[in-house]
Amino acid sequence: MHGSRLRRNFLTALLLGPAAAWLVVFLVLPFIAIAVFSVGERAPEGGYQAALTLAQYANLPARATAFWNTMVLAPVGALACLLVAYPVAYYLALQAPQRWRLILLALVVIPFWTSLLMRTYAWMYILGGRGIPALLAFIGIEDIRLINTPGAVLLGIVYGYLPLMILPIYVSLERLDRRLLEASADLGATPISTFLGVTLKLSLPGVMTGFSLVMILLLGEYLIPTLLGGGKVFFIGNALVDLFLQSRNWPFGSAIAITLVLVSVVVLIAANRISTRVSGARRVDLI
Amino acid sequence: MTAVPDIEFRGVTKRYGAVTAVSGIDLAVPPSAFVALLGPSGCGKTTCLRMIGGFEQPSEGQVFIRGQDMAGTPPYRRPVNMVFQQYALFPHLDVEDNVAYGLRQARPRLSSREIASRAGEALEMVRLAGYGRRKIHELSGGQQQRVALARALVNKPAVLLLDEPLAALDKKLRTDMQIELQNLQREIGITFVLVTHDQEEALSMSDFVCVMNGGRIVQLGQPSEIYDEPVDLFVADFVGKTNLLSGTVAGHSGELVEVALADGTVIAARKRMSLQRGEAVSVSLRPESLSLGAPESGRFKGIVRNRIFLGSTAEYAIEVKGIGTLLAKADHLIGHGNLFKPGEPVAIGFASRTPLAFPETKNNGTNQRVDKHVEIIS
Repeated sequence: MHGSRLRRNFLTALLLGPAAAWLVVFLVLPFIAIAVFSVGERAPEGGYQAALTLAQYANLPARATAFWNTMVLAPVGALACLLVAYPVAYYLALQAPQRWRLILLALVVIPFWTSLLMRTYAWMYILGGRGIPALLAFIGIEDIRLINTPGAVLLGIVYGYLPLMILPIYVSLERLDRRLLEASADLGATPISTFLGVTLKLSLPGVMTGFSLVMILLLGEYLIPTLLGGGKVFFIGNALVDLFLQSRNWPFGSAIAITLVLVSVVVLIAANRISTRVSGARRVDLI
Repeated sequence: MTAVPDIEFRGVTKRYGAVTAVSGIDLAVPPSAFVALLGPSGCGKTTCLRMIGGFEQPSEGQVFIRGQDMAGTPPYRRPVNMVFQQYALFPHLDVEDNVAYGLRQARPRLSSREIASRAGEALEMVRLAGYGRRKIHELSGGQQQRVALARALVNKPAVLLLDEPLAALDKKLRTDMQIELQNLQREIGITFVLVTHDQEEALSMSDFVCVMNGGRIVQLGQPSEIYDEPVDLFVADFVGKTNLLSGTVAGHSGELVEVALADGTVIAARKRMSLQRGEAVSVSLRPESLSLGAPESGRFKGIVRNRIFLGSTAEYAIEVKGIGTLLAKADHLIGHGNLFKPGEPVAIGFASRTPLAFPETKNNGTNQRVDKHVEIIS
């Protein structure tokens, strides 16, 4: 009895070991380093100098604009993604013919096989002067500016993050017991009431998973706004690149990074709470 | 029947592609009846129920609810409610909100006070008062079953549809719920349509049993009629236990036919349709219509192979030479009194009810009123 338990523990350790080691070396240790940096000072020649001060956190308002822009971009971008993704996921899970479903799902995922950078460059070209505006000019609609607008940034974000939103929503809709929809109709609910009262509520775990996934990634996003927004608006991502690579103010960059992580955690917990409460699920799976 | 039937099928056929699930069903369910649709899986009983609920549309024919043609009427506008298989309760709502779900859909809107009081009454009716704030997953199977009942009945439907409602319950609970459902039906006085593959359930609960096979109604009648006077071999075999003995028609004597069995014995049997001399038939003998006696008496002589003691009765498997194994049910307190032991020789006689003879080949030209419609599609 004792021996078998020992063996099982050993097996568990063996299975979890590699992943745990990976996480310790590449996540936990760097995180500790960043946390230590964030209460330090910038060395005169750049980098980190040991200290114990909250000066870096006190200095956060200096980057308030970048914070503010990120805090707008992340939820708005995630919301735009959600609005586009939900109908797609709904169609895939509940309407699409069974034999097409896998193919259609594959089509959703395939763009992921190309780097986001390349795809965003492609959008630069499509939206730029020689892309759609040139086509519009050809049919007589002149002076349409698409690139370097907020609309272009939103488009790029929705395009880039759509699969991450579609998949979790698809999974939760796919799992939905169809008889619940029949029961709702049987009890007199119109299709709209059934959607709002049953389908939407029970797919909320998927919605929240997708929403928090996209939102957290958007908190660090700076590539798409830079390329499609013309780089005129700065985000936390830009600030981090600038602080770590250009002005080499590691402690301040670390303070910003830690704050960002805390915000992400808060978002995750809130999303989890909401979906657990509304959908009555006892647990919420991240994907 | 002068009253408008609660449910009426007129020439209803349902096809899924090349498969015909239901063919040419005609059925009228009188008000305040408890009707069971009984049949093996795939016989079309669930499809019929779903056509009443509005989840399927007939390919041909019409379904009427209280005289109204339901063609094109979606489920949410039909005056019926369903208790689903495995209940289909909303997991994100508590017990009371599940029960109140239908009331909240009513237009014009009901006041929240009325919703609460009616939901409360419905829970009381199924003996779940005080469970309103429980989560669905905190309830036992039997309690979930009762929530599903309350959720359907609270809307005061014209007809309650029950799709294998007791299939997920254990035997004891199932028996309790059978009685409870019967009582509820009498109390509320609305029509219940029950779909089941369990013949015992159908016989014990309903006023009428509609036996279905291969998408058609084979027999419609009161439970005792179905059991005692099956119209064909399928019904005789499917409803209740029976012994089927092969033989040929040796002659006629008045209303009865004489059937020569495989071992040469000739027995007299009733018939449901005219039989030709020399025709191959199956004779149905209910286990409880056989009597067991001392080896020197009786019609057949056999040896007890197996005995199942059931309390007030005992079931015997008796091997009869040239015929096979017969199942006999004997009340061990009456008559012979003794329990026979495996290996003991025994004689079998007919205690009650003359056996019934059916032609071997399946014949659908029987004498029920539904049959003229059954012929339309084959």
